[in-house]
Amino acid sequence: MTQGISTGSLVDAPKVAAPDTPVARRPSRRGLVGYLYVLPAFVVFAVFLGVPFLQTFQYSFFDWDGLSYATWAGLSNYVDVLTDARLRAAFGHALVLMIFYAAVPIVLALLLTALISRAHKLRGMSVYRTVLFLPQVIASTVVATIWVSIYSGDGLLNAGLRLVGLGDLARVWLGDYSTALIAIGFVGTWVNAGLCLVLFLSGVGNIDPALFEAARLDGAGAAREFFAITLPSLRGQIAVALTLTIVSALKTFDLVYVTTSGGPGNATTVPAFEAYNRAFNTGQVGSGAAVAIALTAVIMVATALIGRLQPKDAA
Amino acid sequence: MNLSLREKVVDHVVLMLFAVFAVLPLIGVLISAVTPAAENSGGFRLPGSIDLSNFGAAWEHGHFGSYMLSSLVVTVAVVALTTVLAVLAGFAFARLDFPGSGLIFFVMLAGLMLPAEAFIIPLYFNLRGAGLNDTFAALVLPQTAQSLAFGIFWLRNQFRTFPTEIIEAARLDGARDLRVLWQVIVPASIAPIMTMCVLITMWTWNEFLLPLVLITSEDRRTAPLGLAFFKSAHLTDYSALSAAGVIVALPIVVLYVFLQKRFISGMLNGIADR
Repeated sequence: MTQGISTGSLVDAPKVAAPDTPVARRPSRRGLVGYLYVLPAFVVFAVFLGVPFLQTFQYSFFDWDGLSYATWAGLSNYVDVLTDARLRAAFGHALVLMIFYAAVPIVLALLLTALISRAHKLRGMSVYRTVLFLPQVIASTVVATIWVSIYSGDGLLNAGLRLVGLGDLARVWLGDYSTALIAIGFVGTWVNAGLCLVLFLSGVGNIDPALFEAARLDGAGAAREFFAITLPSLRGQIAVALTLTIVSALKTFDLVYVTTSGGPGNATTVPAFEAYNRAFNTGQVGSGAAVAIALTAVIMVATALIGRLQPKDAA
Repeated sequence: MNLSLREKVVDHVVLMLFAVFAVLPLIGVLISAVTPAAENSGGFRLPGSIDLSNFGAAWEHGHFGSYMLSSLVVTVAVVALTTVLAVLAGFAFARLDFPGSGLIFFVMLAGLMLPAEAFIIPLYFNLRGAGLNDTFAALVLPQTAQSLAFGIFWLRNQFRTFPTEIIEAARLDGARDLRVLWQVIVPASIAPIMTMCVLITMWTWNEFLLPLVLITSEDRRTAPLGLAFFKSAHLTDYSALSAAGVIVALPIVVLYVFLQKRFISGMLNGIADR
C-alpha cells in the first residue's frame, strides 16, 4: 500500500495567503482551524485521486494481468514506451493531433483576428461568440457520433465531394489507413477553432486604442500593426489557447474510442487509449500504467513550457 | 471610434463563415434526427417529412430515459458535494493562515492537469476491493475529487479578493469563521459560485472514461456511455443515433444558451490566471 501525503507534513511552503492577514487570533488555534476546513476536501482528493495516482507509479514497475500475481518488471514498461512500435505510434499520433487541435486553430484564429481586429465592437458579436464557442460544450461522445455520420460512405463529406465533381476522392474516411488520423484531427480543429477566435478577439478588445492610433500616425501598415502591436499584446491569450488545445490533444480518448477504437490497425491509437486498452482489455495493467505516467509527464512538461510564454504581469 | 461600413461588412462575412463552420455539423445532426429512418443514409438531406418518433424510439427502446436519470443523479451529487467542500477549502486557503497551506494547495491543484488515465487504473482495483464498483458512489466520489482541483482554485481566487473590511466587521460583531463564511462571504459570492457550478455540471455530464471503466450494469449507465454503446449496436441507424446524440447534448446546450457568458468566462479565465 502506498501512503498518501499526510496533512501533518508541516513544510514551510511559500505563503500564499492574501496580503491582508485575518484579525489576529491565538496562532495555535488558527493553524488547527485551517486544517479542519481543508480536511474533507483533502480526504476525498487523496482517496480517489492522489493515492491512486501514486499507485499508478507503483503499478508501472510491475507486469500484471489484473488477475494473478504481479511480477517485478523494473523499468521495462517504460522502455516499451520508447521502443514498442504500437506505443511509439500512439505518441506520434498525439503529435499529429497537436497540429490539428492546436496549431491549425490558433494560426487560423490569429489570421482572422488580424483581419477583423476590431470586431469586438460589432453589434451582434455576442451572438457570434455564443455560436463559435458551442462546439466546446457538447459532449465529446456526441461530437464523435456526429462526425461518424459526416465521414460515413454516404455522409455529408462524400456527398459534398460528389456535388462538386470530386467524387473520385470519396471514401470511408475513418476506415482508411491514410485518412483516419487526419479525419480525427480535423474534428479537433472544428472543436477548438471557435474557442481560439473568441479568446483572441476578446484579447484585442483589451488593447489600448492609443497604441493603434500611434502606429497609424507613424504610418504603419496593417501587417506591421499586427506584428508590432496585436501579436505581442495577445501573448497571454495565445498561451491560454495553447494550454487548452495542446492538453486537449494529448488527453484525446473519447473521440478515438467512439470513432475508431484506435483502428484501422493502429492508425489512430493515442496514448490515453493505449493506457485504457492495456489496463482493461488486454491484461497488461503495468504497461497501461506506464503509458499513463508517460502521458502525464508529457502534459506537465508541455504546460510548463507554455507557462513560460505567459507575460509575468498577467492578472 | 466607430467602424466603417466596409469594415463592418468584412467582419460580418468572416464571422458568418466561421459560425457556419461551427454550426453546420450541429444543424446536420438535428436534421438527421427528424429524418424518417427509412430515408436516412447518413448524409444530411432535407427530409421529405419531419419524423419526431426517432426521439421516442431512442428514449424508450434505446433506454435513454434511464441513462439521462443516471446522469442527472451523478451530476447533481457531484456539483453539490464539490461546492460544499470547495467553499470550505477555498476559504481556508484564501483567508486562514496554517502551516503548509501553500504545499497542500499546490498538491491539490495537480488535479487540474492530470489526465484521468493517470489514476483510474488503481482506482478501479481499489473500488473493486471495497465492493464499490458499479455503484453511484464509484461515479460521484472520483468525479468530485477531479472537480475539487478546479473548484478550490477558483474559489480561493474569489475569496482572496473579498473586501476584508466586511469580514472584519462581521468578526467584530462576534461572528465565528464558519458563520462569516456561510452568511457573509457565500451569499456575496453567488455569481462566481454559479460559474463554478455550471462548469462542473458540464464536465460531469460529459464525462465518459470514468463511467466506462467503473460502471457495468445498464441501469446505472450515464448518457454519454449509453450513447457509445448505442452507436456500436446501431451503427447505420443514423436517425436514431442522431436523435440520441441530440438528447444527450441538449441539457448542457440549453444551460449554455442561458448562461453562455459564465461558461466562456469561466473556461477562459479559470486557467488564464493560474
